[in-house]
Amino acid sequence: MRTWLRLATAAVFVICANAARAETITIATVNNNDMIVMQQLASHWEQQTGNKINWVVLEENVLRQRVTTDIATGGGQFDVMTIGSYEAPIWGKQKWLLPLDDFPKNYDYDDIFKSVRDALSSEGHLWAVPFYAESSFLMYRTDLFSKAGLTMPAQPTWTEVEGFARKLTDRAHQQYGICLRGKPGWGENMALIDTMVNTFGGRWFNDKWQPQLNTPPWHDAVTFYVNLLRAAGPPGASSNGFNENLALFSTGHCAMWIDATVAAGFVSDPKKSQVVGKVGFAPAPIAKVPNGNHWFWAWALAVPKSSHKAAVAKSFLQWATSADYLKLVAQTNGWVVVPPGTRKSIYDNPQYLAAAPFAKQVEHAIETADLAHPTAQPVPYTGIQYVAIPEFQAIGTTVGQLMAAALTGQSTVDQALAQAQTQVKSAMDQAGYTQ
Amino acid sequence: MAVTNGAIAAPPPVRSGRMRTALRGRGGAVPTLPLVGPSVVLLLLWSLVPLAMTLWFSFRRYNLLNPIIHGFAGWNNYRFLFQDPALVSSLIVTVILVAAVLAITVGLGAVLAAVFETGFPGRGIARVLMISPFFVMPTVSALIWKNLLMNPVNGLFAWILRGVGLPAFDWFATAPLASIIMIVSWEWLPFAFLILMTSLQSLDEEIIEAARLDGAGSVAMFRYIQVPHLGRSISVVVMVETIFLLGIFAEIYVTTAGGPGVATTNLAFLIYQRALLAFNVGSASAAGVIAIVLANIVAIFLINTVAKRLDV
Amino acid sequence: MKPRDKQFHPVAATVAWLAALLMFFPIFWMVFASFKTESEAIQTPPVLVFHPTLENYRDIFSRADYPLFAWNSTLISLAATAIMLAVAVPAAFAMAFYPTKRTRGTLLWMLSTKMLPAVGVLMPIYLIAKQTGLLDSRIALILIYMLSNLPIGVWMLFTFFRETPKAIIEQSRIDGAGVWDSIVHVLLPLGLPGIASTALLSIILCWNEAFWSLNLSAHDAAPLTAFIASFSAPEGLFWAKLSAAATLATVPILLFGWFSQRQLVRGLTFGAVK
Repeated sequence: MRTWLRLATAAVFVICANAARAETITIATVNNNDMIVMQQLASHWEQQTGNKINWVVLEENVLRQRVTTDIATGGGQFDVMTIGSYEAPIWGKQKWLLPLDDFPKNYDYDDIFKSVRDALSSEGHLWAVPFYAESSFLMYRTDLFSKAGLTMPAQPTWTEVEGFARKLTDRAHQQYGICLRGKPGWGENMALIDTMVNTFGGRWFNDKWQPQLNTPPWHDAVTFYVNLLRAAGPPGASSNGFNENLALFSTGHCAMWIDATVAAGFVSDPKKSQVVGKVGFAPAPIAKVPNGNHWFWAWALAVPKSSHKAAVAKSFLQWATSADYLKLVAQTNGWVVVPPGTRKSIYDNPQYLAAAPFAKQVEHAIETADLAHPTAQPVPYTGIQYVAIPEFQAIGTTVGQLMAAALTGQSTVDQALAQAQTQVKSAMDQAGYTQ
Repeated sequence: MAVTNGAIAAPPPVRSGRMRTALRGRGGAVPTLPLVGPSVVLLLLWSLVPLAMTLWFSFRRYNLLNPIIHGFAGWNNYRFLFQDPALVSSLIVTVILVAAVLAITVGLGAVLAAVFETGFPGRGIARVLMISPFFVMPTVSALIWKNLLMNPVNGLFAWILRGVGLPAFDWFATAPLASIIMIVSWEWLPFAFLILMTSLQSLDEEIIEAARLDGAGSVAMFRYIQVPHLGRSISVVVMVETIFLLGIFAEIYVTTAGGPGVATTNLAFLIYQRALLAFNVGSASAAGVIAIVLANIVAIFLINTVAKRLDV
Repeated sequence: MKPRDKQFHPVAATVAWLAALLMFFPIFWMVFASFKTESEAIQTPPVLVFHPTLENYRDIFSRADYPLFAWNSTLISLAATAIMLAVAVPAAFAMAFYPTKRTRGTLLWMLSTKMLPAVGVLMPIYLIAKQTGLLDSRIALILIYMLSNLPIGVWMLFTFFRETPKAIIEQSRIDGAGVWDSIVHVLLPLGLPGIASTALLSIILCWNEAFWSLNLSAHDAAPLTAFIASFSAPEGLFWAKLSAAATLATVPILLFGWFSQRQLVRGLTFGAVK
């Protein structure tokens, strides 16, 4: 009888202990392909640890809005948030996130690209661990180029690109020399235009935080952009973001496309692209200076301070951004689907390089993206295609709208830039930056 | 007014106070407070608390992303807002959007209602198809229109235009506001159509017969008989649609993001930019207060003109 | 009075059918696209003949818990509408049959509460929801939708009740019925079509409401609008999958609306003879 009692008590203890350890965490993430794969493979982690995950999967703009609202009000709705390299340093500085410097040694922080780690850190701490990273480069149709007898140089300039684009435009057959982002948004058309401004020698603000949109580099870059798209771009360019251009390029309508490196995976997927095997890759074009010609973005996982399940959340983070996770993805979905741009080890892996021929280009782009020196002249901010200040979302979108107006001809480039300058100055004054 | 066979005669609608008192009858006055009370109290709480907070925030410097900024802002939020050229243009865009969609939905709705009044085979199915757009989420409608239909390269319209030899039309670059008006009208036409059509069905057959005997053609019938009968239901349509059209947001957000320039930024989108892009709660609240003032003006205008027909 | 056989006007019939087909076409195109692969969906010239595939639907079901989303949408829409009607019917009854000099002002004020753009009050409401522990709860959404649709409900019911002959109500009161009795046993049966159409409008508005539902829900209370937002605009081609998701989100309410539109038709007769 007493043995039975002892066994029963022991059993109850074991059950309680296990039950106490099983937590449910809520993870908010973007609906990009790599995250969907993570969602599917997370069942492995759930089985290993006995915890459960509630997924909140939303499109990028909605997610950003939702997550920002929650973290700024201390809402506590999420235990893990997917944020970008734009938010991470800002929110880290506000002390809204938990520092993530304390993972065990087998996590191998050094395997992560330094540029990526720096992008997600501020004030000496790492605030988010990278899930995947991207830069930008030039994709072009090797078949169209060889048919026209053109060769892409190792580092093209914008002038050369313009020349190619004009030669390869055939509107009667819906073939357009170049497809570029034109949809208004701080992360849409402004991402591209910012890199152009950088490489034309411009910057957003001088070291006194005065806006520089009325300077010659901005004028030159935007005029070039508008003329190029008008001469050699598809109709409707002012509504085209990443997805629309991807649709155009993969159905064969664009001869060239400058955009995120993640596009390489899509255009090389026979199920989704009609131009498989006909795509070449080159670095993003430069103009007057080589600084900031290609951008940098990373999607990363972070734990808000308001989470009550920080330990479990951190355990998930470690799992999802580890080298083992990358191998797991390769095993279940193939090497080409492995989330790119974070760890050096996969770029040394011959299997990955064989499956993803663009891998070395991507690696080079990410390693050379210098967030600390995005422009030729010194600047008080970090960020290549954005400015890492909280006000940038609104400023960038306003300027993006004006750039779209210049593109459609609603206003001239100079009018648009003048208006942009006024608006940005007003916003910066209101926010208290300009001394 | 025709009388039903047997049953109860319907008295004319109550108009004057004396008639009201006369009709009160021996049942005595009904205590209306406990009946209306719950609605009023609930709406009071619902509107007062956020309204009070909005007013409060509109006078403070409060940026969610930059908690260092705080304190009393005085009239600064309003001042910056009124200096912002985007405010006036957003008001204009709002008014154009509402007026155009109202005109299209009520106008087309009335005409189509009259057309559907004539009997034809399969009328039930055609009616069901007509009202379908109202059930689709605005975000989805806008995405379908923008990418599958209106896209100048990949879209269906472009293909059709190219098929007849015309160049593809870049809807959102050349005519952004008109494109949005088109999408929103497509969404709301079913609502207007349904209400107007059922109202027409109650039009007395004898009056139509008499008009036909007098030699009235379809157009004259429409103009002099059907439209006046629709007066009441048009009022309802206008009131309900105006409420919703003032706050149209999803379609703009998905298609043009307020651009190009500020061509499609209405007041709701402007507030969104302040509130959820800049997280500048102070400025967004000020814009919200302006929106409330505007809405109240519109409401008073509506009540005094349109609602008179409803014998309020 | 049953309408006599109407004359068949071929022009009118053509116009009517053309309009109906044009209005339905985008929805048809969307459902059509949901059975294509991603690259087929965006091809030019548009693919009209193709091998239909269920891969989009399969992906959706494996990735998202559609039943949970659908259940949330249904529960929230129906509950919000039911509560709204319970509050609006008495109010509209009082205002339609026993108006006072404050009735007009009250109606005006009710209308104006709907005109504050939701976007402007997100922060205050979010903070209130957080303090009361109602974040990511169905109750919060039900309450908000009920309050949002209350003015519309009161207005529409008020208009319908205006058409109901007051003498019937008076008769029941003279016969000694209390207020509640006259509402429940006399008004409701008479005004059922009008109430049904108000209910239908409210359900549709709740079903498609995409601001509060996205901002106040996370996982437990997420309705179909969040389901759609998880398939919309990822990095990459998505239109076929979005069409499938939209079809799944729209079909329930579309079928419900189609079947109940007869009630709607009967209910919206203004100045009609009973």
